[in-house]
Amino acid sequence: MSLIELQNVTKIYDTTGVSVEALKDITLSLDKHSFISFIGPSGSGKTTLLNLIGSLDKPTQGKVIVNGTDIAILDRAEAAAFRGSTIGFVFQNFNLIPVLTVYENVEYPLLMLKNIGVRDRRQRILTLLEQVGMIDQKDKYPNQISGGQKQRVAIARALVTSPKIVLADEPTANLDHATAFKVISIMHDMQKTFGTSFIFSTHDPKIVGEAELIYTLEDGVIVSQDNKQRRQS
Amino acid sequence: MTNLIKIAVRNLFRYKRRTLLTSSLIAFGVVLVIVFGGLAISFKTQMVGVITNTALGDLQIHRKGYVESIDNLPLNLSLSEAEYAVVESTLQAMPEIAAYSPRIKLGALISNYAQTSNIRLSAVRPELEQATVTDLVKRIRRMDPNQDHFLEPGEIIVPENLMKGLELTMGDEIVLIATNKDGSVNGIPVRVAGVIESVLGPMGKDGYIHFTDAMSLLRMEQPEIIEVAVKLKEFDELGRVYGALKQTFGSPQAVEEVHTWEQLSPFASIASIVDLLVIVVKFILISIVLVSILNIMTMSVYERVSEIGTIAAIGTPPRRILSMFLVEGFSMGLLSTAGGMLIGLGIIWLMNVTRIDFKFGPMEVSLAPSVPASEVILTVVIVMLVSLFASVQPAYKAAKLEPVDALGHV
Ligand SMILES: Nc1ncnc2c1ncn2[C@@H]1O[C@H](COP(=O)(O)OP(=O)(O)O)[C@@H](O)[C@H]1O
Ligand SMILES: [Mg+2]
Repeated sequence: MSLIELQNVTKIYDTTGVSVEALKDITLSLDKHSFISFIGPSGSGKTTLLNLIGSLDKPTQGKVIVNGTDIAILDRAEAAAFRGSTIGFVFQNFNLIPVLTVYENVEYPLLMLKNIGVRDRRQRILTLLEQVGMIDQKDKYPNQISGGQKQRVAIARALVTSPKIVLADEPTANLDHATAFKVISIMHDMQKTFGTSFIFSTHDPKIVGEAELIYTLEDGVIVSQDNKQRRQS
Repeated sequence: MTNLIKIAVRNLFRYKRRTLLTSSLIAFGVVLVIVFGGLAISFKTQMVGVITNTALGDLQIHRKGYVESIDNLPLNLSLSEAEYAVVESTLQAMPEIAAYSPRIKLGALISNYAQTSNIRLSAVRPELEQATVTDLVKRIRRMDPNQDHFLEPGEIIVPENLMKGLELTMGDEIVLIATNKDGSVNGIPVRVAGVIESVLGPMGKDGYIHFTDAMSLLRMEQPEIIEVAVKLKEFDELGRVYGALKQTFGSPQAVEEVHTWEQLSPFASIASIVDLLVIVVKFILISIVLVSILNIMTMSVYERVSEIGTIAAIGTPPRRILSMFLVEGFSMGLLSTAGGMLIGLGIIWLMNVTRIDFKFGPMEVSLAPSVPASEVILTVVIVMLVSLFASVQPAYKAAKLEPVDALGHV
C-alpha cells in the first residue's frame, strides 16, 4: 500500500453561499521516500490538496488515506495527534513562534509528544540545526534572522518528530530566487538523509527542477504528471 | 507545564506596555483592597475597642424593658438585690466571663451654686467598673493621679464639656440634685475629682459618681441595680455567650434582658457600613480583574490567530492550546497580585511607622492598620480565580479555532 492514497476526492467550499469546487474527483497514490511537487496557478487547488493530506481539512467526497489512516474519521484531538506523529509542516510565511528561540522552535513539537528524554531531544535538535546550517543561530529569535534562515528552521522543526511526510505549501513564495533554490535543495537533502517524503507546492515552474515527481493542477484537476527520469532522458 | 509557563510569560512580555498597564491596574486594585481593608479593619477594631473597653462593656443586662426607654433613664426599671444575686450567680458560673460591674444610671442636676446644668451619671463601684471597662481610666484625668481607684465616695468625675460649661476646676465643691423613683427630690454635695473625655455613643458623655453616693442621693435603702456591664475574656466569644445568656434571661417569665454592645451603640451601624465598603471595594477589584484580563486575553487571542493555527497544525492538542491561554491569563493575575500585594503591604508598613492620628467625633484615634493574613490570602485567591475565570472564554475560543481558518488569517 502506498503512503498516501486519494480516492475520488472532491472538495467543495460552501462558505459564502457560493459553492466552489476546489478539487474534482482526484485519485492519486504517492509512495514513500519521494520528493514530490504540485505545481499550478493560484487558485488551482494546491493548498486544498495539501490540507487534505495533512488532515487539516476533510474531503467533501472520496477517501484520503494517509499512512494507513482514513483522515475523515478523526476528531479534532485525534487529527492533532495524527499530525503531530505523522506529518511535518513548512509554511509559506515560515510561522515560527516569535517568543521562542530558534532552538526552542525546533524543540516545540517534541515537547508536544513528550516521550523523548532530555538528552535525546537535545541531540536530535542540534543534529537537525546542524544539517540545515542554523546551528550557530540557535539562540536567536525569529525576528533576528532572515527569511531563508527562518525557512531552514521551519524545515528542522518539521523534521524533528521524524514524520513520515513533510508538507510544504509554497515554501519559497516569500523568498528570492537564490534563497528559494537553496531551501528546496536543503529539503531534498533532508529527504535523502531521512527518507522522509517531501511534498511541496509552488506556482513557480522554475524551482521545481529538483522534484522527482511533478503534478500539475488546474482548476482542481490534475492535468499532467511528470517524472524526473522521463525529463532527463 | 514549566514549558507552558515559559511560553505564557514570554507572550506576556511580548507586549510590554500593554501588559504593564493592565497589571498596574490590577495591582492598583489589590493595593486598594489591602490598604483600604487594613485601614477599615483597624478603624473598626479601635473604635469597637474604645466603646467596649471604656464605656459599654461587651454585654449589658437590664430589667426587661429598660433599653426600650433608655433615653429617659427610668429608675423604676431596676433589679432588686435578690434579682441581682441571680444574675451574679449566672455570670459567675460562666467561665467565659472576665468581670462584671453593677451600675445605677441616673439623670441629675449639677450646680456650682451659680449655674446649674443637666448631667447623666453612671454610679459605679470603682474596682468592679475598672475590671469591666479596663480602659476607662485612660479617659479620666484626675487631680491626684496616684490613686488606686479612679473614684472615691464623695467624688465626681465630670465630662469635659460640662467642666468647661460650668467653669469648674478640680477640687470644686458642687451639688447634685435628683428626683428618685417615688418623686422625692434630694441633693448631695460632691467634690470634682477628675475630668473624663467624651467618646461616641451612649455613656459617652456620662459623669461618674460612687455607687454609695447614688444610693443616698436617690434615698435607696437597698441597692437597685439599673445596669450590669459584662466583660468577656475573649471578645470573639461574644456571639456564643450572648446566645447562652439569652437562653437564661430571654425566657418570657424572666425579668432581665441582655444586649450586646452592637445593639446599644450607634457605632454598630457605622461598623457595618465600613464592612459594606470593604465588600464594595472587593467587588471593584473583581470587576477590574475581570474586565482587564478578559480584555487583554481577547486581544491576545485575536492578535495571535495565525500563531494558534500554526501550533494547532503541527499537532498541539486543542486542550493544550486551551491551557496555554489559561496559564497566560493566570500568570498575568499572579504577577499583578504579587506586585500589588508587595506595594499594599509596604504602604501598610509605612503607615504603621508614621502612625496616623485623627479625631473621630470626640475621640482620638490612632490608626495602626494591619491586614489579617486571611484577608491577604483571600484577596490573592479571589484575583487568581477571577483571572482564571476571565481567561476561560478567550482560551476556549483559541482552542476552538480550526487550523485551516487560522492559518489563512493573516
Ligand atoms: N476557505 C475557502 N472558502 C471558499 N473557497 C475557498 C476556500 N479556500 C480555497 N477556496 C477556493 O478554492 C479554490 C482552490 O484554492 P486553493 O486550494 O487555495 O488554491 P491554490 O493553493 O492553488 O492557490 C480557489 O478557487 C479558492 O478561491
Ligand atoms: Mg495556496
